[in-house]
Amino acid sequence: MDSYRIFLTGVGGQGTLLATTVLAEAAILAGHNVLSSEVHGMAQRGGVVESAVMIGEIMSPIISDGEADLLLGFEPIETYRAMRKCSANSVVISNSVPVTPHTVSIGKSTYPKVENLFSFIAGQVKQLITLDAQALAREAGSVLSANVVMLGAVASSGAIPVPREAFEETIRTKTKAKFVEANLRAFGLGFGAP
Amino acid sequence: MHPLLTPDVEKRLLLLGNEAIVRGALEAGVGFATCYPGTPSSEIGDNFFHIAAESDLYFEYSTNEKVALETAAGAAVSGVRCMCSMKHVGLNVAADPLMTLAYVGVRGGMVVVTADDPSMFSSQNEQDNRIYAKLSGLPLLEPTSAQEAKDMTKAAFEISETLELPVLFRTTTRLSHYRGLVVTGPLVPPRAKGVFERDSARFVTVPANARLRHRVLLEQGEKAREMACKAPFNTITGEGKWGIATSGMAYSYVVDALRDLQMEEKVKVLKLGFSYPFPDDLAEGFIRAVDKVLVVEELEPVLEESLKVTAQTRGLNTPIVGKGPGLFSRLYELTPGIVREVLARYFGIDYSPLRPVDVKEDPQDIQLPMRPPNLCAGCPHRNSYYIIKTVLKDLNVEAIFPTDIGCYTLGLLPPLEMADFLICMGSSVSSAAGIARATDKKIIAYIGDSTFFHSGITGLINAVHNGHEFVLVILDNGTTAMTGHQPHPGIDLAPPDWDKPTVDIEAVVLACGVEQVVTIDPRQLAGSKDKVREVLQSDGLSVIVSKAPCPLYDARITGRKKEMSFRVGFKCEACKHCIENFGCPALCLNDDYTKRANMVIRDDLCIGCGTCNQFCDAISPKKTKIEKSN
Repeated sequence: MDSYRIFLTGVGGQGTLLATTVLAEAAILAGHNVLSSEVHGMAQRGGVVESAVMIGEIMSPIISDGEADLLLGFEPIETYRAMRKCSANSVVISNSVPVTPHTVSIGKSTYPKVENLFSFIAGQVKQLITLDAQALAREAGSVLSANVVMLGAVASSGAIPVPREAFEETIRTKTKAKFVEANLRAFGLGFGAP
Repeated sequence: MHPLLTPDVEKRLLLLGNEAIVRGALEAGVGFATCYPGTPSSEIGDNFFHIAAESDLYFEYSTNEKVALETAAGAAVSGVRCMCSMKHVGLNVAADPLMTLAYVGVRGGMVVVTADDPSMFSSQNEQDNRIYAKLSGLPLLEPTSAQEAKDMTKAAFEISETLELPVLFRTTTRLSHYRGLVVTGPLVPPRAKGVFERDSARFVTVPANARLRHRVLLEQGEKAREMACKAPFNTITGEGKWGIATSGMAYSYVVDALRDLQMEEKVKVLKLGFSYPFPDDLAEGFIRAVDKVLVVEELEPVLEESLKVTAQTRGLNTPIVGKGPGLFSRLYELTPGIVREVLARYFGIDYSPLRPVDVKEDPQDIQLPMRPPNLCAGCPHRNSYYIIKTVLKDLNVEAIFPTDIGCYTLGLLPPLEMADFLICMGSSVSSAAGIARATDKKIIAYIGDSTFFHSGITGLINAVHNGHEFVLVILDNGTTAMTGHQPHPGIDLAPPDWDKPTVDIEAVVLACGVEQVVTIDPRQLAGSKDKVREVLQSDGLSVIVSKAPCPLYDARITGRKKEMSFRVGFKCEACKHCIENFGCPALCLNDDYTKRANMVIRDDLCIGCGTCNQFCDAISPKKTKIEKSN
């Protein structure tokens, strides 16, 4: 069986770890062997949150440089920062909405133009898909569902062998009951977005 | 019901390595668990904490790792199966009891989990705790997967009881914090009560007894070595004349690399899960069967040296390599890519890896802004630092700041920059004494509440007794925040169903004999500054208890919502005092220049603590939507 390595990156508070769990559980539901990994502790205090999901006969829980089949970026500069994980064979799905770093907020650095980030990435990888996950999440009824919008885009990209139904079933059973409806709408909007 | 308490057998669960360890302990009928939290071990204790509320298992967060180990040892010599978990540097704290517990041994199975942190994701060093097995003479188990972590934990209790020795169980960050599929086995009801049978010739280590017990430890070590040679966790797999010896998470990298390099048919792999005492007979058979051996292990050359000793004593001159130029480094964790690269080079396999995208080739030369970790918006630690910094400036005094381990270590970063020396838990207090003696400068040391209980108190008593002169600031936020809000002896806000007595920090400080003890609420700047000024103007030893709850913890326990929002008004002249001295992440430069105020408060980050409007006239409260709707 083929194997797939998915690298996820975002900023603390964006729900990347929940997205990691849903992705992993959906892949299990689809009948795959799955591993995932995450970093806890000091790394989480307002900084970058990285995680990974492996599908198939892989034993190593981390992704070496160049080896991500799919990069899921929840924030544009974090997508760009994680490009070392990608090769010319990778698919990249990125949210286009910046989360302004504090260093930018206080004038110590500047946020680059998002289109410049994406234009470089598009030329380096097999496919780049970008979407405004916040707008779609708002449309779905909860801006907190932006992480689930991103999963919708993963499902429709066909980059990994996990069908839409497996994601939807996982959203029903693994996300908080009062957010299930909004999450399912968010997933659907993300699925239709690219 | 706690998910790890599922009675279902043969159920596939996606578990963290740490959760798999807990499940394994539950399947072994563990009755007693202790820990001091520390990344990457914390989830072991946190799961036991919740499980103890639903079962007969006894669990405690002990005040430090030495206490946790001794408490567990007391249960283990009373015949109860117990687990004691800690991060790698925690075992340094617990090393004293460990070394002699090895002499007297245990009656109920005892598993000591040490979670190492290669690459130092959340630690001050990356020591290799496998070496503690050799130092103490205790058996060591190292799992390579979540499933094995569960199975091996269960087996560890059996090994411990067979040998009547505590067993060391070593994980690394990657094992502890990855999730893998684990198939459940039957649960065994916890037995938390046992019987202590006196045997003072064994358990009281006066020199005459200790001499006899050291002999017993060595004898048991030989039995353990025989067990290791036959252990199901130690395997030789594959065919071929090339050898790879490995253990822990590195084994996973080896398996993946052999497949990627299509050299599975050419290599024999010695995988050691029960790695100390070193299974020398098994290793000899392995060395004899191959032409050369590459050892793949993280950090120190522990297996490598054991293999070399075995080869030498058995008269073999097979090349055995591992660490060195062109091979593996003793620094940092391994990755699948590094392992594959070294395997390809050492065995002469042609392999060209996928070429990673390199953003340095981007002709746009984009400079990415960094996202350094920061104290949260509304964190009272920031207030404490700000108050002291402001008073020092007023008094025109320069100070040296020994600090300690917790969220507040982030006081190192700009704009606070109030951290000068840190080596380990509790070092702030005693190192302050040394720096004060050696320099005659103003010394202001910082320690958190949980860290104070962990190992600050003895240093404070020493300071009183030896007449050291410095200021100790105890940053009391009422929880062990950094590792996930675990309770400690001094908590005010208790988790649900918590019924344990608390110990008042100020009372402890006074009882230690400190004469000048001042408590401040750092959320009140003016009053706190007055009190701090008085302390900083006096000589001698003083303690400031800066007391305000961690807002994240407070919100979680009390359900308290944001009560107030703040805005920056027209008076703002962009003096940047707030950015350059305070550094709350909610205070930002206004990038919308159509508005007149030059700073803005990000409402999504601001928790409404009301500190900034105490030092800036331009900031004032605005009514929140919640209040309007009332």
